[in-house]
Amino acid sequence: MKILIVDDFSTMRRIIKNLLRDLGFTNTDEADDGNTALPMLKSGKYDFLVTDWNMPGMSGLDLLKEVRADDDLKTLPVLMVTAEAKRDQIVSAAQAGVNGYVVKPFTAAVLKEKIEKIFERIQ
Amino acid sequence: MGSMSKREKDHQSLDPEVTEKLRNQAAELVEQVNAGDYARAMTLINDLSEVRDQSLYREVGRLTRSLHEAIRNFQIDPRNAEQSEALSMMSDASDRLEYVVQMTSKAANRTMDLVEEAMPRASSMRDEAAELRDEWQRLRRREMKPSEFRALYARIDTFFINLNADAGATYDNLSEILLAQDFQDLTGQVIQKVTTLVKEVEEHLLNLVVMASHVDQMTGTVHELEEKEKESSEKGVGPQINSEEREDVVSGQDDVDDLLSSLGF
Repeated sequence: MKILIVDDFSTMRRIIKNLLRDLGFTNTDEADDGNTALPMLKSGKYDFLVTDWNMPGMSGLDLLKEVRADDDLKTLPVLMVTAEAKRDQIVSAAQAGVNGYVVKPFTAAVLKEKIEKIFERIQ
Repeated sequence: MGSMSKREKDHQSLDPEVTEKLRNQAAELVEQVNAGDYARAMTLINDLSEVRDQSLYREVGRLTRSLHEAIRNFQIDPRNAEQSEALSMMSDASDRLEYVVQMTSKAANRTMDLVEEAMPRASSMRDEAAELRDEWQRLRRREMKPSEFRALYARIDTFFINLNADAGATYDNLSEILLAQDFQDLTGQVIQKVTTLVKEVEEHLLNLVVMASHVDQMTGTVHELEEKEKESSEKGVGPQINSEEREDVVSGQDDVDDLLSSLGF
């Protein structure tokens, strides 16, 4: 299970990385926005994408749209972990095909629950 | 009643000398028009507009002085050591905020370094304790051969020595994590000072708006304000403040889950 973590703040990437490791996912890479993440996704054979929304360069929502528009990536499970909390934003993310939405600040339990739920649905 | 009091206020904002002139010349204008002396009437209209221009110049002069004052207040010269310290803190608000970002980031990374150092130790203590407990149970159930007991005996000895060292190191990590939170004191002070500065700027800007509206009043200027483009949430707008009081914002993960399940998730 190879996971890409996308967030412009290195501290947040590190927190998510640590939480994922506690859940048993040790194979993770990091990117700081959609523009760096997209080429990595295209060449890296990732199984799961965890992304922030508000980032300089390409936002998480645009990254999600790019992923869904790409033939090789369109089935990639995407979990959004973000401080964006407006209802219309959550609706947009759902419409763009997000698999889960975690709003910051979050707990380890919430992250675990959402990830497990996504994997349940896939299997 | 509302429009009446507004008109009175407009009168008050004009110089009494000016209003007196206006009243006299307007009366004379009506007289001349009634008498059919249009040439004289035209001259009076010119005089009237001159009165208007002059009072406008006077108002602009007054505004320029207040504006100058406002700008001077903006860059207060320090009069004592306390002020100069406060100013050095305020003069470069964005640098100061950048400092807050650096301090908080440093503290977060330091804390995570220490946590990542302590976690493997804690997990190996936990695992070894669990194994020893199982062995201990076997011993109590008298399922252990003498040779196994001798091995357990040595293992427990080692465990106590390691436990002492590991617990000590973890204690040190925790107390360093405690110290890493000292940024809050410094960043809190910086943010409070920047907040004070922002409040002052807001006040001064408000004064400028009031002054500008005076000029508009004098000249009769009406601005067509372009409607501000609605902030796009596509790019992301960041954390929401006071989310409990807002209808368009979720107040937490439960709200998100409810919304998503209402969408068929």
